[in-house]
Amino acid sequence: MLEVRELKKEFQPLSGKPVVAIGSVSFRVEAGQFVSIVGPSGCGKSSLLLCIAGLSRPTSGQVLLHERPVTGPPEGLILLFQEYNKSLMPWRSVLKNVCFGLENRPGMSRDHVEAEARRYVELVGLRGFESHHPWELSGGMQQRVAIARALVRHPEVLLMDEPFGSLDALTRIELEDTLLRLWESLRATILFVTHDIEEAVYLSDRVYVLSRRPSRVIEEIDVKLERPRNQLSTREDPRFIQARHHVFELISREMAKE
Amino acid sequence: MRLPWKGLLVLGGCLVLWEILARQSGALAAYFPPASRVAATLIDIVKSGDLPPHIAASLRRFAEGYAIAAVLAVSVGLALGLWRGFYHLVEPLVELLRPMPSPATIPIAILFLGIGDEMKIAVTVYAGFWPILLNTIDGVRAIDPVLMNTAATFRLGPWQRFWKIVLPAASPQIVTGLRVSLAIALILVVTSEMVVSNDGLGFYILDRQRSFQISEMYAAIVALAMIGYALNRVFLAVDDWAMAWHKGLTRKEER
Repeated sequence: MLEVRELKKEFQPLSGKPVVAIGSVSFRVEAGQFVSIVGPSGCGKSSLLLCIAGLSRPTSGQVLLHERPVTGPPEGLILLFQEYNKSLMPWRSVLKNVCFGLENRPGMSRDHVEAEARRYVELVGLRGFESHHPWELSGGMQQRVAIARALVRHPEVLLMDEPFGSLDALTRIELEDTLLRLWESLRATILFVTHDIEEAVYLSDRVYVLSRRPSRVIEEIDVKLERPRNQLSTREDPRFIQARHHVFELISREMAKE
Repeated sequence: MRLPWKGLLVLGGCLVLWEILARQSGALAAYFPPASRVAATLIDIVKSGDLPPHIAASLRRFAEGYAIAAVLAVSVGLALGLWRGFYHLVEPLVELLRPMPSPATIPIAILFLGIGDEMKIAVTVYAGFWPILLNTIDGVRAIDPVLMNTAATFRLGPWQRFWKIVLPAASPQIVTGLRVSLAIALILVVTSEMVVSNDGLGFYILDRQRSFQISEMYAAIVALAMIGYALNRVFLAVDDWAMAWHKGLTRKEER
């Protein structure tokens, strides 16, 4: 359903030659899949997501959603940022932030929007915090608000840019499981960018490994682990360890290149 | 509200000092009436109806000038903040006009608008315009790109982006500008009334000085200080209510 074809992205620095951030990246994501992209830092993962979300123009190549080229932010696709504190609206309460996800949907009454928002606030485990402001919450709770705001819109595709990158390990584990639970019940398609190899393997059906800049896909790994996944048994499964081992080797080999 | 006892004590001390110095000023006594007499005069001229029309005249000019300045500066500021190219075009002009002391525009305004209310309101608008304009531009330009990208991924149209993101995100800075302009607008009202007028507090103060009604002059100055203080208080109350989220947010960030 989502296809990236030979996408290339160059940046023009203030002086000198253009920097090629993304060399040529191609991959596909099937409907309902959970797909992760891992790669060494600076390999243009964030730029890639911005291009897929229609927020930035690739230098060349294409992004296709349902076979149609993406030229601007498409309906049914939401990008979720790592910087939850900058992406939430500090002047709105938790509930109103989640309402924002539906407010520009035509033909939805105010009451309906609010009822849906309440439901999603509960789904992400924030019942009782509806009237708090985002800045009164911890980082993990703020990211939950951002997830609720995205999911309340029922996106077909959810792009996530290192959403748990700045959270502590325990909060991260909690949020990984919340995300998996919601993904399984809502049947969305998720493209998840992370620099955490274990996280990528734990969450995904498929992992794409990117090379250093100028980046390209060096390998795709299908993760054949049962769902629902479990923080202990999944992570202790020999197939998990093997997949993690493999991805780790690929990335450290990349990082060793100069 | 907790009273700032120590601050009030200093204020009280200054009034007592004024009283004592004025009573011992000898030859200068005519120019330097004690605080108690100024206070009594203030009550007199308010009760007798001498001062209130002048207060009303000044406040009306202030309200009109300030309101026009606010609407104009916020609108232009939002436009300049959003369109970077446009801002670069007018930046040198802004940087030249902004630091010029605003009372310098009074003679020009008199040439074109005469000596009536239009002139006084025009110079008030001019002076009040700059702080609001610059703060609005800064506020808009400081909006985080992540927030704008969020608006874009949720497919907000230009108007929705404006109302739901740009305006609220820039509002704390806009309010800062409005607060600075509050004092400046009052200064220009009084200054323009001192230059040429037949009513208003500026006129009253200068007129009583010229006719040696020194107590009345001081009383009107005290009234002016109280009006400035009251306007600021009202503004802060509105600010506390409307910007509660921003105060909470910044308190959190300071921790």
